[in-house]
Amino acid sequence: MEEENKIKKGTRLLLEALEKQQVEVIFGYPGGAVLPLYDELYDSDIRHVLTRHEQGAVHAAEGYAKASGKPGVVIATSGPGATNVLTGIADAMGDSVPLVVFTGQVGTAGIGKDAFQEADIMGLTMPITKYNYQVRCVKDLPKIINEAFHIATSGRKGPVVIDLPKDITTLETDEPKVDDIELESYQPTYEPNKMQMTKLLESLSNSKKPLVLAGAGVIGSEASQELTTFVKKYELPVVNTLLGLGTVPYDYDLFLGMGGMHGSYPANMAITECDLLINFGSRFDDRLASCPEKFAAGATIVHVDIDPAEIGKVINTDIPIVGDIKRVLQHLLNDDVEKVSHDEWKEHNLSRIKAYPFTFDRQQQDEIKPQRVIELVGEITQGEAIVVTDVGQHQMWVAQYYPFSREKQIITSGGLGTMGYGIPAAIGAKIACPDKEVVVFVGDGGFQMTNQELAILNLNQLSIKFVLLNNHSLGMVRQWQECFFDERRSESVFADQPDFIKLAEAYHIKGKRIDDPLTFEEDLKEAFNEEGPMLIEVVISPTEHVLPMVPAGKNNDEMIGVE
Amino acid sequence: MRRIISAKVRNSSGVLNRVSGVLTRRQFNIESISVGVTEKEGISRITFVMVGSSEEVEQVLKQLNKQIDVLKVVDLTEVAYLERELALVRVNAPTANRSELFALIEPFRASVIDVGSKTILIQVTGTSDKVDAFVELVKPYGIKELARTGVTGLARSL
Repeated sequence: MEEENKIKKGTRLLLEALEKQQVEVIFGYPGGAVLPLYDELYDSDIRHVLTRHEQGAVHAAEGYAKASGKPGVVIATSGPGATNVLTGIADAMGDSVPLVVFTGQVGTAGIGKDAFQEADIMGLTMPITKYNYQVRCVKDLPKIINEAFHIATSGRKGPVVIDLPKDITTLETDEPKVDDIELESYQPTYEPNKMQMTKLLESLSNSKKPLVLAGAGVIGSEASQELTTFVKKYELPVVNTLLGLGTVPYDYDLFLGMGGMHGSYPANMAITECDLLINFGSRFDDRLASCPEKFAAGATIVHVDIDPAEIGKVINTDIPIVGDIKRVLQHLLNDDVEKVSHDEWKEHNLSRIKAYPFTFDRQQQDEIKPQRVIELVGEITQGEAIVVTDVGQHQMWVAQYYPFSREKQIITSGGLGTMGYGIPAAIGAKIACPDKEVVVFVGDGGFQMTNQELAILNLNQLSIKFVLLNNHSLGMVRQWQECFFDERRSESVFADQPDFIKLAEAYHIKGKRIDDPLTFEEDLKEAFNEEGPMLIEVVISPTEHVLPMVPAGKNNDEMIGVE
Repeated sequence: MRRIISAKVRNSSGVLNRVSGVLTRRQFNIESISVGVTEKEGISRITFVMVGSSEEVEQVLKQLNKQIDVLKVVDLTEVAYLERELALVRVNAPTANRSELFALIEPFRASVIDVGSKTILIQVTGTSDKVDAFVELVKPYGIKELARTGVTGLARSL
């Protein structure tokens, strides 16, 4: 009898492996090839969130992962279901988000025969995943799932796809014994090289103009506390990347803000002038280092990253440190460098922070300025909300005006810049952190890409505030056309729009339209007093540009729009 | 500069795709590629030739090392190494020319492995340069078909 009990179906093995990984929630959408898996889920305790499109499922899983630090889990069916998650997988790859994505596949006999709903998901996802598997034998399932979670969540995190031929999931097998993970070829380096660490400490004590650049790697390593202690100890000015926002609190007196294309003038000037740049977990993306040959040209470059392939990829590095940022910072905090003296540099940065804040026309009363809306939401939420954005102008204004103070507080699509990310990512973030306030900023363009996910708010009791900043256009496209294409607004202005409030009502959620520049502050505060999910449409200036700006290909000190 | 990169990989399905995909995506051309088993079961060796600067090659090595299926990658051209390639050349060989052709083959230590009424099939082994030189030499006789394996190589013993 005992022996018989150990015979298990593939789907059972799969769910047990997920339980072992302590998966709390799966985001997914059923279909033919995953029917056996959904049948097994019917009796499972693992929560399943049915989105209204597979793209919604994968972005929700990303939002969940970014807000919680835990891997997001997705199920999509074969063929179109699986191709619909590609954008989200590529997005997760770009931002190093841990995901485990199960895609259905046609039965083994049909693979390669152009069967109904067949797509070559192994081929399609190979370049956009950290690793991918196709399960060829039901006995391998527990081992593969074990490995997949390990790969997704260790080293430089990222998405892993597991392609599941339908017949494999229905086969029965003796429950296989799962050995410890043995991946000889995958051994991330966590402990930094001592010699390089010594060099870093020496550079720090010799530097007159040191600067810290902090990116998403700090969050991946959950090292914000250590980073903040480190920069305060040595009074180091800090520049964040978009994804690094929150790693150092905005009210740290030497916080210079985001650097790069729409970063702050103090941040970009400090990058240009520093003599030592310590980069923790940023990959010198082109939105930050638009002109690599002039980027921090006079500085000794220290690059700390868990991924050795990032070091030297864009910027020549003087002191490479491969390792886990948390450990690197712990070592740095244990060693005492002779108190560095860079008072002049400190004063210089402080005065520039004071002289060059982000600006917009605060006096006019003809239109609602988006910058003020974001600033005000920052005040209303006391800088405590998890802030999710879509992609475009509003995303940059959020980076400029929302006061972030902790890691995992901003949820945004950085590397891939995926429009339509905001609404589903917020759903995932709220599911990860039900007790935290979640606010979404989304444009009228991105909103219309994934607004079908509003349908699942009530069912899942997701009290999220969606601030739709409506400028009746694809603002960032329009801005570039106005600046660089002779104001030829080709296909960037929406001549007709749906009634967004009716749309909200159709999904049985509250909607409020705010369009009066004289009363909008009161109106917004009132809207935020409402309970439950709510769409707040704010009609903003249709002509506003995101400034200042480093034009593409220019160096960081060549900003336009600095006042 | 011409580089010979040698990668030890797990012999999992799609591994050749993974390796060539990394190169394609980063805009490197593969001049030749050869794949075969190693002394260890489940481990294969992929040897490929590419042209690139040292910075470019460093990126390629790092990106390849990052692949979960790649155990170790080395740039053989950075160390003392041996390379070999094999070519099969089918050459026009009317009876009148045959003895002349056989004489050419000798110094290359090539061998005739098939004889037809109008052509002979020659096998030549050596560095790519040597194979190139041989092919050039027999070209005037008229090459009917040519097949090359691509380079494989190993570091010299210490």
